[in-house]
Amino acid sequence: MNEPSPAPSILPLELDGVCFEAGGTRLIKDISWRFEADRRTVVIGPNGAGKSLFLRLCHGLIKPSRGSVRWHGVEAAAPDESPANAGAWAARHQAMVFQRPVMLRRSVTANVDYALKLHHIPRAKRAETIERVLHETGLKRLAHLPARVLSIGEQQKLALARAWALKPQVLFLDEPTASLDPSATHGVEEIIEAIHNQGTRIIMTTHDLGQARRMADEVLFINRGRILESAPAKQFFEAPQNDLAQAFVRGELLWWNKGQDNRKHQPGDPTEGKPE
Amino acid sequence: MTDFTDALGAAAALVFGLDASLTEIVMLSLRVSLSAVAIAALIGLPTGALLALYRFRGRFFLVVSMNALMGLPPVVVGLIVYLLLSRAGPFGVFGLLFTPAAMIIAQVLLVTPIIAALTRQVIEDLWIEYEEQMRSLGAGPSRAMPALLWDGRFTLITAILAGFGRASAEVGAVMIVGGNIDHVTRVMTTSIALEVSKGNLALALGLGIILLVLSAGINGAAYIIQHRTKRWHA
Repeated sequence: MNEPSPAPSILPLELDGVCFEAGGTRLIKDISWRFEADRRTVVIGPNGAGKSLFLRLCHGLIKPSRGSVRWHGVEAAAPDESPANAGAWAARHQAMVFQRPVMLRRSVTANVDYALKLHHIPRAKRAETIERVLHETGLKRLAHLPARVLSIGEQQKLALARAWALKPQVLFLDEPTASLDPSATHGVEEIIEAIHNQGTRIIMTTHDLGQARRMADEVLFINRGRILESAPAKQFFEAPQNDLAQAFVRGELLWWNKGQDNRKHQPGDPTEGKPE
Repeated sequence: MTDFTDALGAAAALVFGLDASLTEIVMLSLRVSLSAVAIAALIGLPTGALLALYRFRGRFFLVVSMNALMGLPPVVVGLIVYLLLSRAGPFGVFGLLFTPAAMIIAQVLLVTPIIAALTRQVIEDLWIEYEEQMRSLGAGPSRAMPALLWDGRFTLITAILAGFGRASAEVGAVMIVGGNIDHVTRVMTTSIALEVSKGNLALALGLGIILLVLSAGINGAAYIIQHRTKRWHA
């Protein structure tokens, strides 16, 4: 994992006027944003703000109803689209870890192996990679157990190991510690850190403010389908500009603002999208 | 009550005496039903998985008719296969009527809808759980299908057993297309029917008991295997 990735960078990731509707409701409203290389972005916001949808739109699991998603200037494709598609090359260099780990009904080793097989890694190379990621995530002694008998925390580490084995340039994480206890959370954060240190761009959501403080280089605050504020982490936590972001950072509940998400536009307003 | 005691006696005598004609009947029954279930699984598992994973025009109709076909009356299937295979029918040239092959064909028609319908349900549920992760790893429905069938293996065994239960228990279809010819197409269910009509109730009951024991044995073995491994894989 220490060798530099030979593939050309898929970044920056640009979202341009991205909207997403389901059942006539606009859930993501005209988001434009540009993700540069080499940092950790943490997307925060209350439940139902659209954080998960935002991540899925970036990863290509769902298609925007309007607007475009581009990797290095090339229109994005779904990760399972045929390799013939122009956007497929970028999809191969992304991975995602979900809130609830999805483990196949086979051994820990075989779960990582399956992901490598899907990425057309030749059999001879797989064993070494599996060995390495399981060692780095502390799962080596569990290698031969069925994945589903592991605790949720261990399963989440395995999900990270599986993603890590693919050597992604960008790793999406959707509330990776939401169902974990503090010690498992700590373990997962350390692994994310290690993956980042080996050159992987991290884009994760959380509604755990402490985690956002620990993990973020850059914060996006999303509420009701819009980016209401974006700032370097330090600046965001010390002096949030948006009033809802202020309330969120203070730990207040955001239920009182229903239907009023437009009432105050702050500098760096979402709809303009602010490339750095 | 004497019928039952006689039956038990007859069954015991047949089994422990390793009666040659009984062995022949049992072996033919197993051969026909196991072949039919194997072929039905080869057709039904992928069909069910395709119906679970793809959305296309006519899918709803297919799913509903497949569920309806699960309850297909064996005699009707027997009649249809009879018409198709009879000398005057479209497949008459193969001369398959009144052979074990004809019985296998009829049972495949009976069992395939069961396996396909249950497979569809199992794979559809699994796909709901796996879809995002699989697609994120680069596997759309077609690439994920083998893994889904493998991961559904414990439940799919039950589907296949249900198919075997239906195949080994039915009498209508094999009677019509097989003809219950001694040494050729006589299986357990058709001999039971024959012995009853001859008034030989003890022998019929004896055969029935053997059929029950065989069926219970296969199901029990599968249950144990399934249970041991399933606990392991949660």
